[in-house]
Amino acid sequence: MNVYCDNAATTRMSKTAVEAMLPFLYDNFGNPSSLYSIGQRAKEALEAARADVATVINAKPGEIYFTSGGSEADNQAILSAAAQGEKKGKKHIISTAFEHHAVLHTLNALKKRGFEITLLDVHSDGVVTPEQVANAIREDTCLVTIMYANNEIGTIQPIKQIGEICRSKKVLFHTDAVQAAGHVPIDVEDLNVDMLSMSAHKFHGPKGTGALYARKGVILTSLINGGAQENRKRAGTENVAGIVSMAAALKEAAGQIGENGKKPISLRNRLIAGLGEIPYGELNGDADRRLPGNVSFCCEGIEGESLLLMLDDKGISASSGSACTSGSLDPSHVLLAIGRPHEVAHGSLRLTLDADTTEEEIDYVIASVKDVVSYLRNMSPLWRDLVNGKRQHVFAK
Amino acid sequence: MALYSEKVMDHFRNPRNVGVIEDADGVGEVGNPVCGDIMKIYLKIDNETISDVKFETFGCGSAIASSSMATELIKGKPLSEALKLTNKAVTEALDGLPAHKLHCSVLAEEAIKAAVKDYYDKNGIAYDPKDFPDCDHCESCGV
Repeated sequence: MNVYCDNAATTRMSKTAVEAMLPFLYDNFGNPSSLYSIGQRAKEALEAARADVATVINAKPGEIYFTSGGSEADNQAILSAAAQGEKKGKKHIISTAFEHHAVLHTLNALKKRGFEITLLDVHSDGVVTPEQVANAIREDTCLVTIMYANNEIGTIQPIKQIGEICRSKKVLFHTDAVQAAGHVPIDVEDLNVDMLSMSAHKFHGPKGTGALYARKGVILTSLINGGAQENRKRAGTENVAGIVSMAAALKEAAGQIGENGKKPISLRNRLIAGLGEIPYGELNGDADRRLPGNVSFCCEGIEGESLLLMLDDKGISASSGSACTSGSLDPSHVLLAIGRPHEVAHGSLRLTLDADTTEEEIDYVIASVKDVVSYLRNMSPLWRDLVNGKRQHVFAK
Repeated sequence: MALYSEKVMDHFRNPRNVGVIEDADGVGEVGNPVCGDIMKIYLKIDNETISDVKFETFGCGSAIASSSMATELIKGKPLSEALKLTNKAVTEALDGLPAHKLHCSVLAEEAIKAAVKDYYDKNGIAYDPKDFPDCDHCESCGV
């Protein structure tokens, strides 16, 4: 049985999204900046896509800027706020320790340019509190950037409440909603956000396409200089096929949130319950305040990469935050941020479902993970020491 | 291209000599849980020859494959020969490892040396300490 459980990494394009893009690869291939008919048809499709994306998140079309993806949108949001802040002598930015690297590395670059960065600690439940944000805001704070939902552990942040605080203190607020868009309802007015990033391939759209929502009045800095596309904020001929497809995918995904949100949640909870039977394993992050498709676990006594390779042999595609899978010496910064010790973070497993995942597949995944964990523990000297009491368990049971 | 060679995947999927020797003559353990890999080698020694070897490994695919291959390379060999086993030989026998995984083959070499050293220590056999670098010499973990 083949079960794709890595939808947080990327998703398969939906048929709707594929069909939406096809006309713009061949028949309607025109450049939206051209004045003749095939160019103008492309322009119309581009603007219709912009309006569709805006409608889904309750924004205005003029507030949507198409990008190459979530990372570009994050970079542009942060660098724009920093540029405006710098003009006013405000060089303090607040974020969290468990953001995506598209945010953290951009903040690091700003730090080298003299910005002061406050990374809020994340609680063991994988959530930051509005109070933490309120306490961290200073006179010279130019931006608060906090992810909507975490990409590894799926926990959802109190964006609306954080937005209220930022608004009352007149500080720009950006949220990286790459994992959330198309999976949970998003209303930028209700959420009090000024900027929001999204990426098409996380909701069954194409790779290489994303969008930045920037509230009217927010001054964006262009990262790519050239033509006047995207209201002069993002040069380069528009990826029309990708953008049209993204809008179709987002509309479809958002329309299914009610119905699909239920199915993955019940399957997700089935998966959490099944994996919960593994001794000395624990769910990462709050069980309820998480994305409908995300299950993230840590198991004592095993290492994540060998777990993934063995699951791959069983047809299961998953991911881990172990050092070996990240290509660095340290395990995932997200797991360390919620207080997992290194030895446990190495044994992490992330399974991310979509609306097509079936109950049968979930049961197969549960049985497979249990088998592989017990096989690997049987050859693990670390597990032997834990069982013999030579080392202390991290988890209570 | 796949992450690992066919040889690595074969030794990972079907590791040779997994287990414990209860009455081992020498036991060596290297690595630590913080780094994400621990290798433990058990040796049975008769007439200065490795008559049996078993391993336990907590670690990634290449760590398991490196331990498996290393035990194959020293099984039935005189101790003097086992001590000459280098991480390079383990890597070559596996048809190569990705650069950031070479550390695993180093652990395999060190685990074997640690087990032989343990045997020498237990039996009061003299040796040159220089021949037995410990884990501290390896900078891979950074701990």
